[in-house]
Amino acid sequence: MTEEIIIAGFGGQGVLSMGKILAYSGVMQNKEVSWMPSYGPEMRGGTANVTVIISDERISSPILNSYDTAIILNQQSMDKFEKTVKPGGLLIYDPNGITRFPDRRDINIYSIEAADEAGKRGLSKIFNMIVLGGFLKLKPLVAPEYIHKGLEKSLPARHHALIPENEKAIELGKELLQAIHLVN
Amino acid sequence: MGELRLMKGNEAVAEAAIRAGCDGYFGYPITPQSEVMEYLMAEKPFERTGMVVLQAESEVAAINMLYGGAGTGKMVMTSSSSPGVSLMQEGISYMAGAELPAVIVNVVRGGPGLGTIQPSQADYFQAVKGGGHGDYKMLVLAPASVQEMCDHVKLGFEKAYEYRTPVMILSDGAIGQMMEKVVLFDQIPRRTDDEIIKQCPWASNGRPKTRNHNIITSLDLDPAGQERVNLKLQAKYKVMEQKEVLYEEIQCEDAEYLFVAFGLSARICQKATDLARAKGIKVGLFRPITLFPFPSIEVSNVGNRVKGILVVEMNAGQMIEDVKLSVGCKIKIEHFGRFGGIIPSPDEVVRALEQKIIGG
Repeated sequence: MTEEIIIAGFGGQGVLSMGKILAYSGVMQNKEVSWMPSYGPEMRGGTANVTVIISDERISSPILNSYDTAIILNQQSMDKFEKTVKPGGLLIYDPNGITRFPDRRDINIYSIEAADEAGKRGLSKIFNMIVLGGFLKLKPLVAPEYIHKGLEKSLPARHHALIPENEKAIELGKELLQAIHLVN
Repeated sequence: MGELRLMKGNEAVAEAAIRAGCDGYFGYPITPQSEVMEYLMAEKPFERTGMVVLQAESEVAAINMLYGGAGTGKMVMTSSSSPGVSLMQEGISYMAGAELPAVIVNVVRGGPGLGTIQPSQADYFQAVKGGGHGDYKMLVLAPASVQEMCDHVKLGFEKAYEYRTPVMILSDGAIGQMMEKVVLFDQIPRRTDDEIIKQCPWASNGRPKTRNHNIITSLDLDPAGQERVNLKLQAKYKVMEQKEVLYEEIQCEDAEYLFVAFGLSARICQKATDLARAKGIKVGLFRPITLFPFPSIEVSNVGNRVKGILVVEMNAGQMIEDVKLSVGCKIKIEHFGRFGGIIPSPDEVVRALEQKIIGG
């Protein structure tokens, strides 16, 4: 099993940390992982993305131009990454701020109203965990107990009291997921 | 087994330096390697092991602090990225001339000039052929993973002292910035003053009555003397060529074609190897791990069994010169590269193999 994922959005949305928690959870479940962030001019312009690979085998290239899954959190990222999803692959997006919706018919597309829901519930800081929950419902690559361990490893000790809240956000994300287009 | 962590390549370099028993890190921030000093400052090795971490006023200052520290036998390291490493070249040449051990990490970015902050491999010539003046070499290690970023620091210090030479770790922005699993080796205690005197009888760290002054210098105005220095250095490099070559062969046994690539390019070629084999193209990958000494005999052994070789580098064609010198002219050897911070995709590499080698 190898899952190649791109997570993309604005800086500050928790794109890099979502990837880090996913990657660390994979490590705790004894998977091979790689986490390759954008650190260049695009990051300085406000957008951020990270490639996460989780595999049972040694990972070859940490940098890819097509993905099994794209998790997309703003319009710029939709423009850039919708076309990079492999046929039959998965695209999850938050419709907040999206002006041109994905129109591919050869991939599975889901939306998740994470930003809206997080705003209503005062969970804006862990909006990214809601999105992660949606992804994990469709691709349960890592078991919940390892997500817990991944959170413990990724978050500094002073924030460990917030882990249950993060886990609740992941569960909420699983409920908020909506199918938009399915291949089969 | 050692401690398992998910770390950036840059962080792994920093943690490995602490664990290797390094006495001092001197550096100046530059993207994409600033996490090395950031990690060290946050980790406070001055409290953990007594290791000094100092932000110098410039790269020129940092490399000369290395010269001074290494001259006393202390285990010292610096890191920078391409423009900063250019500033260090004079100091590196002096260290090679004075036979001073140290580890220098270059997390390469695109050039020339200030270039870009994105990954590149355009500093191969500078690292391998001597970016500074004079006939000198460094042992040059090319890590292709975060694990190797960690392991090469430990290996680098061992070899630096074994040969009394600066060692360069030639990485790039992607290997520095990405996170992977890494198994950290256990803490090696920093050497005591007595241990340093025993290990480095040449060092200038206080003269006992039993010997004359030790002088650390690269200057000898008498040409006969300076030729002797050069002959000694060349003899040392010969031994390194015989004993220190490291490389990896991936799917080379039945290969009809061959990729030769180091560092990040080797990771991309590994994926390209899988993609090409899925299309029925029998291709293998030869990855030099030491760039000096270059695995000449080894690449020639594999290279002379195949129909063609594609050298893939994130530069305009640098290591290909060493591949051609090693393999000779009997088979087709072509280069594929992207520059200025662009990373080639695995698909692109397969297409280049088909066009330049198989179809060409």
